[in-house]
Amino acid sequence: MSEYIIKNGHVFDPVQGIKGDKKDIAVKDGKIVESVGSGAKVIDASGKTVMAGALEIHAHVAGPKVNAGRWYRPEDKHFDSHKKPGITRIEGGKSIPTVFKTGYEYARMGFTFAMEAAMPPLYARHVHEEIHDTPIIDEAALPVFGNNWFILEYLKNQEIENTAAYIAWVLRQTKGYGVKVVNPGGTEAWAWGLNCLTIHDPVPYFEITPAEIVTGLMAANEYLGLPHSMHIHQNDLGNPGNYKTTIDTLKLAEGVKPKNNFGREQVMHSTHIQFHSYKGTNWGDFESGAKEVMEYVNRQKNLTIDTGNVTLDETTTMTADGPFEHHLHGLNHLKWINVDVELETAAGVVPFIYDPDNAVFASQWAVGLEIPLYAKDPMRCFITTDHPNAGPFTRYPRVYAWLMSQKYRNERLNTFKKADKVIGATNLSGLDREITLYELAQMTRAGPARALGLMKDYGGLKPGMNADIAIYNINPDKFPSDGLAIEKAFANVACLFKDGKICVQEGKIADMGHKKTFWVDAKVKENKQVAHDIKEKFLRYYSINENNYSVPESYAPHQHIISVDATQ
Amino acid sequence: MNTVTLTVKNAPELFLECENVNTDAFAGKKADQIAKLGAFQGKEITTLGDYFTITGEAGATAADTKIVINGDCTKMKYIGAKMTAGEVVVNSACDMYTGSWMKGGKLVVNGDVHSFCGLAMAGGEFTINGNAGNYLGAAYRGDWRGMSGGVLRVKGNAGSDVATFMTGGEMIIEGNVDIHLGTHMEGGKIILKGNANRRVGGQLVKGEIYVFGSINVMMPGYKPVRDVELEVDGTKAKFTEYLGDLGERHPKRKGETVYGHLYMKQ
Repeated sequence: MSEYIIKNGHVFDPVQGIKGDKKDIAVKDGKIVESVGSGAKVIDASGKTVMAGALEIHAHVAGPKVNAGRWYRPEDKHFDSHKKPGITRIEGGKSIPTVFKTGYEYARMGFTFAMEAAMPPLYARHVHEEIHDTPIIDEAALPVFGNNWFILEYLKNQEIENTAAYIAWVLRQTKGYGVKVVNPGGTEAWAWGLNCLTIHDPVPYFEITPAEIVTGLMAANEYLGLPHSMHIHQNDLGNPGNYKTTIDTLKLAEGVKPKNNFGREQVMHSTHIQFHSYKGTNWGDFESGAKEVMEYVNRQKNLTIDTGNVTLDETTTMTADGPFEHHLHGLNHLKWINVDVELETAAGVVPFIYDPDNAVFASQWAVGLEIPLYAKDPMRCFITTDHPNAGPFTRYPRVYAWLMSQKYRNERLNTFKKADKVIGATNLSGLDREITLYELAQMTRAGPARALGLMKDYGGLKPGMNADIAIYNINPDKFPSDGLAIEKAFANVACLFKDGKICVQEGKIADMGHKKTFWVDAKVKENKQVAHDIKEKFLRYYSINENNYSVPESYAPHQHIISVDATQ
Repeated sequence: MNTVTLTVKNAPELFLECENVNTDAFAGKKADQIAKLGAFQGKEITTLGDYFTITGEAGATAADTKIVINGDCTKMKYIGAKMTAGEVVVNSACDMYTGSWMKGGKLVVNGDVHSFCGLAMAGGEFTINGNAGNYLGAAYRGDWRGMSGGVLRVKGNAGSDVATFMTGGEMIIEGNVDIHLGTHMEGGKIILKGNANRRVGGQLVKGEIYVFGSINVMMPGYKPVRDVELEVDGTKAKFTEYLGDLGERHPKRKGETVYGHLYMKQ
């Protein structure tokens, strides 16, 4: 493999604490090394910003509900889907792009890893087929557990060991990465025409509360010592007044200690927290609750969050929170799909237009920006758009620009049709913080890498780490004052290295790389009870045979397995 | 106004995507520059000059530009699509998406058009001096935003699913239509001079449909309420007014429920 030396770039690397100093980065055999020989190819990065490849911690980019969105929204890809010159294939879709476009666009923005945020175990094969076809970026997927019948039954009796054994079995069957929880209990309750809007609303029949599910899954996650923590989409998403439920859920992590060999420090990752930070009692008196939520998050060190920034675009909402999507359809009357997954989960899809003229959507936009601006520790607060729910991931450059330039976001804030109402309902106009390039590297590189348990190889530029490197056309000494210039620079990397190979050059895809699928193999003691329960459930309830459930290796041919041992 | 004349010299082997055949793309260009504009044939990028002899030059803006197209355009899509001003006259039949997403100006087709023409039209005048296919003035597949403005006139017949998801503007069909006229309509006006087959105004929320001929089978969600004397597209006549579709949701305005209206000429 060829050697490279990236010379004279302004390096931002939270792992080594480098804050824009000029430093040369040497690359050899897919890794960052101390030095290379004189024959190494020189990449001139003078006047440019050098960071590690970015990591996406939460996006819906592969699997049955993403595909349901694709096939029931042909209008999303009608325009601009012609083939571009070069080695790329046709790129279709805006909010629900094709797998090819997904890979290309992440790479063009400097990303090298993405986590698919909700994998229904029964449809894991489909998720892996799409992951396999997504070029360049490494990926993993989180199976959903929060409404799974096995989990509800075990946790009702507080059987942590059985829960952990079942999780380990599912991770192995589905080639999954960790424990995702969506509207714990609520999606199952919906099958009974109900929902769980606080953490103490019992799930019918199972007689268990969301609080018990969350506590139990955190315990099981740490029992196994998984690289990532429990990853939760909380109850009561998107409703005014939900910030209390949000803080109640976060409080469940108090006193829980992380136990793992990956350097991960949190026990709960609370995702798209923008949607969970609302005060008020209805959409008329709706206010931002970001300050209250972030005050708690800043204090409680064993939590991480991601933002879920509303980008004010037409997009497609999709979540394993089936009841919420049905509720959304009642609000906007646009087409609705529900993808029910027997025994396990139920996802919904509804197109959505975040119209900037609407005071509620403009306020949601403001709440999303307040969250990272209130964050005291950028290593625990990550930027997402909950793609495609709050906006397409291709809008990250714009979100970064809003966060990095007060002038740019105030231009947007002050020109809303209902600017007075939005300014009154939110705190954004009073925030003068501007996220720095170093903080951005923490929020998009080192932070998510640590939270995902990948800090050994990802998120930094230390010798020994993966040579995943993004070089941007940004000179920190002459940082652009124009928001559009910031956007442009982050939308198209000057150069992207993936595993030591140049995959993107000046925004053009140069190589498809060798993407890998990450999954976690957790070893547990033999558990006859769980083995019996699995057999019984497949015989009695599942529509398929147990032997057809697992994801064969052919579905994920380029796998990278992380092993954990919970037998001790 | 300057006129550009396009004459077909080579018929495309596959279908030609004429996304650049409109006054906006031509504005400010001379014949040789227009000849270099791209056009997809399948996955191959070709140029307009490969298929057309081009004479004349365009005006400085779309509004100052007139395009006349002669020759066989039955395998050409997107003619006049997305145009905002000016004039396009096609002396041939055209394929799909003709005049779709049109925002302004005048488009005349002296022939038939295929399906999906005038999709989501938002303004301007689109006249078809022949017959139209299915999904005329409807929303794009999957979309919920159909024709929202402008005037679309068909001298002949139209097919099925005409004016689906229409939200505004006016459509006049001088001949007959097949099934599903004005499905999901939420505003605008349809005048049908001929007959309709079945399911006229299914799931209609708001808007007006005038039918001069007959409807083969009436939707059950329509209720006759009164007789009215009206002048519709230059014809004075007595109509029976129906409210509907009663099976669909209807918004409230000033405390009153807003229904759609169907007028049948007596």
